[in-house]
Amino acid sequence: MEVILFELALTFYFAATIVCVLELFKGTSTTSRIMFSLVVIGFALHTANIIARYVLSGHIPIANLHEASSFFAWCIVLLFFYLEYRYKPGLLGSFIMPVVFVLMLSSSMLPRKIEPLSPVLQSCWLGIHTVLAFIGDAAFAMAFGIGIMYLIQEHYVKSKHIRGLFRKLPSLQMLDDINYRLITIGFPFLTLAIITGALWAESAWGSYWRWDPKEVWSLITWFIYASVLHVRLTAGWRGKRAAILSVIGFCAVLFTFFGVNLLGKGLHLF
Amino acid sequence: MKTVVIGLNHKTADVELREKLAFNGQKLEDGIRQIRELPEIRETVIVSTCNRVEIYLRVKDVKKAFEAVKDFFVRFFEIKREALDNALYLYHDMEAVRHIFRVSSSLDSMVVGEPQILGQLKDAFEFALERKTTGVLLNRLLKKSISVAKRVRTETKIAENAVSISFAAVELAKKIFADLSEKTFMLLGAGEMAELAAKHMINNGVKDIIIANRTYETGCNLAKEFKGRAIRFDDYIDELAHADILICSTGAQNYVLMKGQMQKVMKERKNRPVFLIDISVPRNIDPGINDLDNVYLYDIDDLQGTVDTNILERQKEARKADDIIEKEVETFKKWLSSLDTVPTVVALREKAEAIKKEELEKLLNRLPEIGEKEKKAIEGMAGSIINKLIHAPTVALREDSEDRDIMIAVIKRLYGLNGEDDDEK
Repeated sequence: MEVILFELALTFYFAATIVCVLELFKGTSTTSRIMFSLVVIGFALHTANIIARYVLSGHIPIANLHEASSFFAWCIVLLFFYLEYRYKPGLLGSFIMPVVFVLMLSSSMLPRKIEPLSPVLQSCWLGIHTVLAFIGDAAFAMAFGIGIMYLIQEHYVKSKHIRGLFRKLPSLQMLDDINYRLITIGFPFLTLAIITGALWAESAWGSYWRWDPKEVWSLITWFIYASVLHVRLTAGWRGKRAAILSVIGFCAVLFTFFGVNLLGKGLHLF
Repeated sequence: MKTVVIGLNHKTADVELREKLAFNGQKLEDGIRQIRELPEIRETVIVSTCNRVEIYLRVKDVKKAFEAVKDFFVRFFEIKREALDNALYLYHDMEAVRHIFRVSSSLDSMVVGEPQILGQLKDAFEFALERKTTGVLLNRLLKKSISVAKRVRTETKIAENAVSISFAAVELAKKIFADLSEKTFMLLGAGEMAELAAKHMINNGVKDIIIANRTYETGCNLAKEFKGRAIRFDDYIDELAHADILICSTGAQNYVLMKGQMQKVMKERKNRPVFLIDISVPRNIDPGINDLDNVYLYDIDDLQGTVDTNILERQKEARKADDIIEKEVETFKKWLSSLDTVPTVVALREKAEAIKKEELEKLLNRLPEIGEKEKKAIEGMAGSIINKLIHAPTVALREDSEDRDIMIAVIKRLYGLNGEDDDEK
């Protein structure tokens, strides 16, 4: 059952991604409506899948990389709905849905078996820590997409080439506002995730911080986003520079998420 | 009946001639009446704008109507007939329908896609309606042309992109700022184009307006007009820190805003984006300023460049619009030819009814002894015989087929329905 739900959700996200890419070239209000309905259906199926896995396993389904990628994608779609509702930026889907699809696709290729939790993970911290981390990461992923959109639009305006996506993309100010808003959402969540992680580590292993690669990379990510906020407020680094920084920041997020798991060794390996 | 357009526009006649032939005020009142009274004309609408004078007509004979309208022009406007020879165009039937659809959809306008023409066409139609110079054909055609124009507007992007410099500036401002109503606008200098651009900015709802002019009094007058605040010209750099959009048009022969100055301004603005529009020739703002982050500088050539791309895009959309119009012309053609069959169907039924009535009277006179019941039965039978007889030809007439014209002629001939003029119906 949960497998079918997952595959269906993946299919709908895939269809939405295709429509999103089409929208870049030949967008009308109809294509955006189709895209949005596809995402809504995909999201409903996806939610059902997560609930089904929760019921089956008895714990929050973020215990292996398959579940983690899937949950990550789920958080991004949730934020996508928030931004669509709050700002209605044109073409956001075209920049976000491919990311969602890639996450879901990689999730689909990872082992899906529900295994009993190792004793270390059996804690209420699992839910709190991971959910906080993923909401933060989802906000950063969104900021990444918005940042790319900003850089494209900025290029059009600056180089005075008024064509292509210029008309469909939102205004620079809106993109910059959303970018800032997302980082102010993501940053506190990341901070809390690191704090809860430390508390959990203390209760599980007896020490708050063990310089595990995941911890180190989270800290690096934290410093990057802290500096994004800092230079914005003090030196007025907004617009293009803020967009570039949010792209760099997301690279760190991705490395923390996948890179450390795939390359490194450490306590966070699933 | 035939649909005809006789007219001239910006492509066929120069301003001088268009001015002479304009129907304005009382001229329109008299003109429409006189044209309607011409013996060749059944219905008429007059469209007179600064770029076109067109007369839409329903006539019996195209050539006669054309000559009559030409004569009317010569008489009414007191011009030489030769002056009209190259300027006037004549469209009839489907060509005329297509032309009216293209006019209402603004495909025939000087600036393709400009929205005014539809309003002007509506006014012209209403004027004609009030004076009762239109009938079933032009009423339907004009209403249709309005709905076609709306369809073209929603299904193509023909009216979407700015095709004038001042609109292009507003369009750009909207892609830099999310909401103009919280932005401050500064006009540096004056001049026709700068003031026009300023007006468009203000119409789009900027919050504050600052005017700086070398002559302080001129600045004050402009400030009054735009409901803004005048400042001394020398203070403009200090004020620039508060302005998000600047339109600059001074008569200076060199740069009045240098890169170094702008850098300072940006520091003071905490890098909040600023949109500088330099429409002065020679340029007044150091072009190197565009390299600064969050500063977007457009000079007159840049704006003209965006206008040019927009015009190209509109032309592309105009081709899509022509496809839509082609389909609508087809639909209208069908309606028109269905209209042709109506009088014949009516005549056929009338003829049958007349025969029935005549024969019934004859029969009933000869049989005075029969009762009401029998009378009813005979009448019923006569009715169903004629109904069954005219049913097939009626269906054949109503069918939407290529040879409808032949069908009409054949049925008229077979049933002896000739002698009636359709147009009078």
